[in-house]
Amino acid sequence: MDRRDFLKKCVMVVAGASVPLSALTLVDPRKVLAANPDIQWAFLVDTNKCAGCGFCVKACKTENDIPLDANVTRTWVERYVYTKDDRRYVDSPKGALNGFTESRIDLGKGEFKEIDPKNVGKAFFVPKLCNHCTTPPCTQVCPVGATYKTDDGVVLVDRKWCIGCGYCIMACPYAARFFHPVLKVADKCTFCYHRLSKGLQSACVNACPFGARRMGNIHDPNDPITQIIMNERVGVLKDEFGTKPQAFYIGLAQEVR
Amino acid sequence: MVEQIAQHVMEVHGEAWTIKELFTLPNEYIYWSIQIVMYPFMTGLVAGAFVLSSLYHVFGVEKLKEIARFSLVFSFALLPVAMMPLMMHLQQPLRGIHVMMTPHFTSAIAAFGIVFSTYACIVATELWLVYRKHFVQSALELKAKQNPGLVDKFRRLVFTALTLGAWDISHEAIEKDHKACKIMAGIGIPVACFLHGYAGFIFGSVKANALWMTPLMPVIFICSAVVSGVALCILCYVVVQEFRKFLAKRKLARWANDSDAPTVEELEGAKHMEVMLSSNYLLYFMMAALTLEILDLIFRGYTQVKSWDILREVIMERDFVKIFVMQYGIGNVLPFLMMALPGRTVRRTTIATVLVLFGVFMMRYNVVIGGQAFSLSFAGFMDYHLPIIPHSIETFKEGLGGALAVIATPFILFYFINKFLPAFLKEESTH
Repeated sequence: MDRRDFLKKCVMVVAGASVPLSALTLVDPRKVLAANPDIQWAFLVDTNKCAGCGFCVKACKTENDIPLDANVTRTWVERYVYTKDDRRYVDSPKGALNGFTESRIDLGKGEFKEIDPKNVGKAFFVPKLCNHCTTPPCTQVCPVGATYKTDDGVVLVDRKWCIGCGYCIMACPYAARFFHPVLKVADKCTFCYHRLSKGLQSACVNACPFGARRMGNIHDPNDPITQIIMNERVGVLKDEFGTKPQAFYIGLAQEVR
Repeated sequence: MVEQIAQHVMEVHGEAWTIKELFTLPNEYIYWSIQIVMYPFMTGLVAGAFVLSSLYHVFGVEKLKEIARFSLVFSFALLPVAMMPLMMHLQQPLRGIHVMMTPHFTSAIAAFGIVFSTYACIVATELWLVYRKHFVQSALELKAKQNPGLVDKFRRLVFTALTLGAWDISHEAIEKDHKACKIMAGIGIPVACFLHGYAGFIFGSVKANALWMTPLMPVIFICSAVVSGVALCILCYVVVQEFRKFLAKRKLARWANDSDAPTVEELEGAKHMEVMLSSNYLLYFMMAALTLEILDLIFRGYTQVKSWDILREVIMERDFVKIFVMQYGIGNVLPFLMMALPGRTVRRTTIATVLVLFGVFMMRYNVVIGGQAFSLSFAGFMDYHLPIIPHSIETFKEGLGGALAVIATPFILFYFINKFLPAFLKEESTH
C-alpha cells in the first residue's frame, strides 16, 4: 500500500465511522427523557404572609439531608427591622432554622442589639432560596458541567461529578450555594426535584403554615401561581445581574438584596 | 443520615477561618482562601519567568543571555506548582482531572487544561531545543566512560532518552535548533500572557463580586505577573550566583577545579550586568501594573456605583493597612524608589525584588480575600484568619502549611531539574 492509498483509506474509515456517530447526536437522551416544554417551574413568595417561624428551613434540611447543625442551608428567612430613627437592621440567625424566637438582632461575632419595640418603624420577613435563574451564572462557570439546568427550569448539581472548586458558589449573586458539609460537593435548592417529579409539592411549600411559599408551572396560564405573577405586582431579587430569576416576590422592599 | 450527622456539630467549609460581622447571608463564607491566593501568584511567576527568558530568545537582548536560560529552567520548575494550589483547594481533588477530560467551555477554568498543557509543551520544547546539544554531548561522554557506576548508568539512560534519538549536533543542525527555539519563544509569549490573563479573567468575570468584576482584571494580572516573575528570577539568580561565587572561592564544587571554571570576578561581573538590565525591565512593568491598579481604584471611587459604599469601607478602612501600606507602600513605591534612584547596586536591587514579590503577593491577597471581605447583602463583613496550626487536613491544606508547601516545591524541583538541565551551562554557542 502506498501513501496515497493509505490516506484514501484513512479518509474513508473516518468518514464511515462518523456517520453512525452523528446519528447518535440526533437523539439526545436527555431531551427525550426530561423534555417537557409544557412545564417551567417558578416559585412565588408572599413576604406579607411570612411570620418567620422557620418551619420551611427545618423541613428543607430534613427532606434534603442537610445536617441541621451545619451553618449552611438551602433556604433561609431574613428579618428586616427599620427603626423610627432611620436605621436598618437585618439578621438571619442559623438561617432562621429555629424561627425568630428572640426580639434582639444578631450582629454577628456574638454581639446582639436589643431594639426598643416603640422605636420600630416597620419590620418584615423575607424567605430566600435559589432563584433557579433563566440564565444562571453558576452553571455557566462550572468547569466540568456538573451543574446544569433541566428543561423544566430547575438548576441541579451532579454530586458524582462536582470537583468542589467553589466557582459556582462565587458566581451566585444570591449566596444560594454552599459546600455540603458531609458530601464535600456544591449544594443548593433543587425545588425538591425528587418530589416534583412524583407530583408532590416541595418540602418548604408543604411546611409553610401561612401559604407564604408557593410553586407553580409558569407555562400553564391557568395555574394560580402564573395568574398571580401575570396579574399582580411582583418583583425579583437583584435583577441588575441579568440572571432572570424564577423566584418571584410579592411585597418586595427595595432594600432587600 | 440526618440523625447520624446531627449527633455532632458539623463544620462547614470556610467556617474555620471566617469571622462574620453584621448581616451576612447564611451560606456566605470565605470559600476561596490562601490557596487561591497562591494560585495566581504561582502562575504569575511561571508566566513572568518565561517572558524574561523570551526577551533574549525573541528580541535578541544578548546581554540577558545567562539569566534568560536560568529563567527558562526555573519557569519549567514552577510549571507543575501552578496547579498544586488548585489541587489542594479542591474539595474533591481526585476528580480534578475532570477539568481536562470533560471541560465545560463556558467556564473560564475549563480553559485551564488546554492553555496550561499548550504552555507546558512550549516550555518543554524550547528547553529541549536549548539543551539538545548538551544532552547529546553528555550521553556520548557517558557512553565512552569505562566501567560506569550505577549513577552513571542511570544518567546515561536519562540523557539518551532526553535526546529523543536526535543525535545530530552539526553546526547546521544547531542553527536549525536556534531558529525553532526563536519561533517557540515567539509563540510562547502570547500563550504565557493568555495563561495569566485568563487567571485574571476567572476573577474579573464573576459578576456577583463587586470588587472583582472589571475588564481591567486580566491586564492587571498579566502586568503584575511579569513583575513578580522577573523579580523572582533576579532574586534567585543573585542567590545562586552568590552561592557559585562561594563555591568558586573555596573550590568546593567539582566544576570549580576545572581549568576553564569562571573566576569570582567573572561571576561578579556577569551578575552585575544581568541584574541591572533585568531590573530596568522590572521597572517598566511595575509602572504599567501600578498605573492600571490605581486607575481601577480611581474609577471605582469616581463613578460611585451602588457597591462603592461597602467597597470604600473595605478598601479605605478595614483593609487599609493591607492595601495602602503593605501592597502599595512596601510592595510598590519603596522598591520602585530603590531601583529608580541613582546609584543603584546589586544589593539594593535584590532587596527591592524581595519587596516586589511581597507586594505582588499582597495584591493577589487583597484581590482574592478582599473580594470576599464583604457580604453580597452589602450589609456585613467577613474577616479572614489564616489557619496557622492545623487541626484537620482541611486547615492544613488551606492554611499556612499548605501555602509553604506550595512555595517550597519549585525550589526542590529546580534542584533536581538542574541536574539534567544545568541553568549555568558554560558554553558559548548554546542559545
